[in-house]
Amino acid sequence: MSTTTFRVLPGFRLTLGYTLAYLSLLVLIPLAAVFLKTTTLGFEQFWSVVTSPRVVASYKLSFGASLLAASINAVFGLMLAWALVRYSFPGKKLIDALVDLPFALPTAVAGIALTALYAKNGWLGQYLDPLGIQVAFKPLGVLVALVFIGLPFVVRTVQPILEDLDTELEEAAASLGAHRWQTFRHVVLPILFPALLTGFALAFARAVGEYGSVIFIAGNLPMVSEITPLMIITKLEQYDYAGATAIATVMLVFSFILLLIINGLQAWTAKRTGRDR
Amino acid sequence: MAGATTMNPGSAGSRGLTRFEAKAATRESPLVKWTILGVSLSFFAIFLLMPLIAVFVEALRKGWETYLTALTDPDALSAVKLTLLAAVIAVPLNLVFGVSAAWAIAKFEFRGKHFLITLIDLPFSVSPVIAGLIYVLVFGAQGWLGPWLAEHDLKVIFAVPGIVLATVFVTFPFVARELIPLMEAQGREEEEAAVVLGAHGFQVFWHVTLPNIKWGLLYGVILTNARAMGEFGAVSVVSGHIRGHTNTLPLHVEILYNEYQFAAAFAVASLLALLALVTLVIKSWVEHRAAQAYKVTEDAS
Repeated sequence: MSTTTFRVLPGFRLTLGYTLAYLSLLVLIPLAAVFLKTTTLGFEQFWSVVTSPRVVASYKLSFGASLLAASINAVFGLMLAWALVRYSFPGKKLIDALVDLPFALPTAVAGIALTALYAKNGWLGQYLDPLGIQVAFKPLGVLVALVFIGLPFVVRTVQPILEDLDTELEEAAASLGAHRWQTFRHVVLPILFPALLTGFALAFARAVGEYGSVIFIAGNLPMVSEITPLMIITKLEQYDYAGATAIATVMLVFSFILLLIINGLQAWTAKRTGRDR
Repeated sequence: MAGATTMNPGSAGSRGLTRFEAKAATRESPLVKWTILGVSLSFFAIFLLMPLIAVFVEALRKGWETYLTALTDPDALSAVKLTLLAAVIAVPLNLVFGVSAAWAIAKFEFRGKHFLITLIDLPFSVSPVIAGLIYVLVFGAQGWLGPWLAEHDLKVIFAVPGIVLATVFVTFPFVARELIPLMEAQGREEEEAAVVLGAHGFQVFWHVTLPNIKWGLLYGVILTNARAMGEFGAVSVVSGHIRGHTNTLPLHVEILYNEYQFAAAFAVASLLALLALVTLVIKSWVEHRAAQAYKVTEDAS
């Protein structure tokens, strides 16, 4: 390859070099440490750690609650985005700004606040408890925390697509005799769908790794309400670095696959809507 | 993964009826409209608004005196200092990185560009707990550099450097993620013109690029700062929870809470909640200014 391209702008080598060095030192090399440490375990040991009953129970809770939370967010996030784009009501700008609260509020703060709300004597817990619904210190609490942190992902991916939607499409559908629901189902939803799925995937990915907001409300009972990130912490506290690393490897591999899927989804959204991103 | 946090000029709602409400074809029946509004706003109130209000109510439950005592406690003050220190180091580091990465990626063509962007995004898809773990594996007593660090009497894990590293990791992509699409959209004609007219590299950046990206830059910095000051999981793994030494504000909240000092825990938490609110206010303001700047360029072209 002896093609020399002439670049007018300066600084390519410097900035790319710095980017690669900084990325390698802070992210890639330390992440590689996880995989290298895992190889010291040997496959059988690795397998017995990552398939031990307590760890498997944590996968079920983490992945199950995350999937459910992301689904809840997809439904209500779409409705909220719809309300924010399509309707005018007092306090709309304030609500629009507050949707990002879970991004800005430290997770530990969210965790203790949700616990206070859903504890037996809390604002919401006192009404739920007589109904036999216990949220705090139960797997249901994990779900509530994950719904909290995932909501903005769906709203913020769907909202811009909704804003950009041409009214002509819906007018055409209406003039051809479609009901409002038919128009939504067959005209609007197909356009929104890639963005909705992206928001769902982002909320899911965030929920699987979430730690701070969950541990306060979960109760952390072995086999019942322990999430996978907590299993890593538990192993670390027992100085079982290899065990912690083995579980981390499983989570990392899963996250990487999800990241690739999300990148694909974002490309699909861009293609479908003609937006750059 | 930052897709959902990126700035979106033009999202500011217009006054009065939305353009969708003004036409019969894009309007739902009042019943449907009020159902959607009712359900979505109740959901918002229960899941977002109530936790926020609860923080302040719980913080003041035992009165202002307890509140102020909790905030002026020496351990709380040292947690404030450490939190500020971590942010003061992490934000500029990631700012310089973000600008540098965006310059290379947005202004030049090279192979593997998309792969590089994916790699920059990686920290967002890694659980905070793993973000802490990786530095324990490198710098911890049993880690790669552990023996060497011990020999030279240096401490990274269970000390301030570890906290800073974990903070840098979790806030790594914010600025870059904000700037790359912005600078790509702006192209390179203006910069090239400046170079042709004889400007040096840094002059080009300072006088041509920076004014174009200042709102995106500020936006990225705000997000970085909010996350840096509020990070819990990653910092928790590397901190060792040494009171007065390696406790950040979120970790201090946890300690107080686990000691059943609820009012004090919520008092400290309310500081962080205020920080979140300030972040949202600045963020809305920046979005508003960016939307205006965007409109001016649209009108001019």
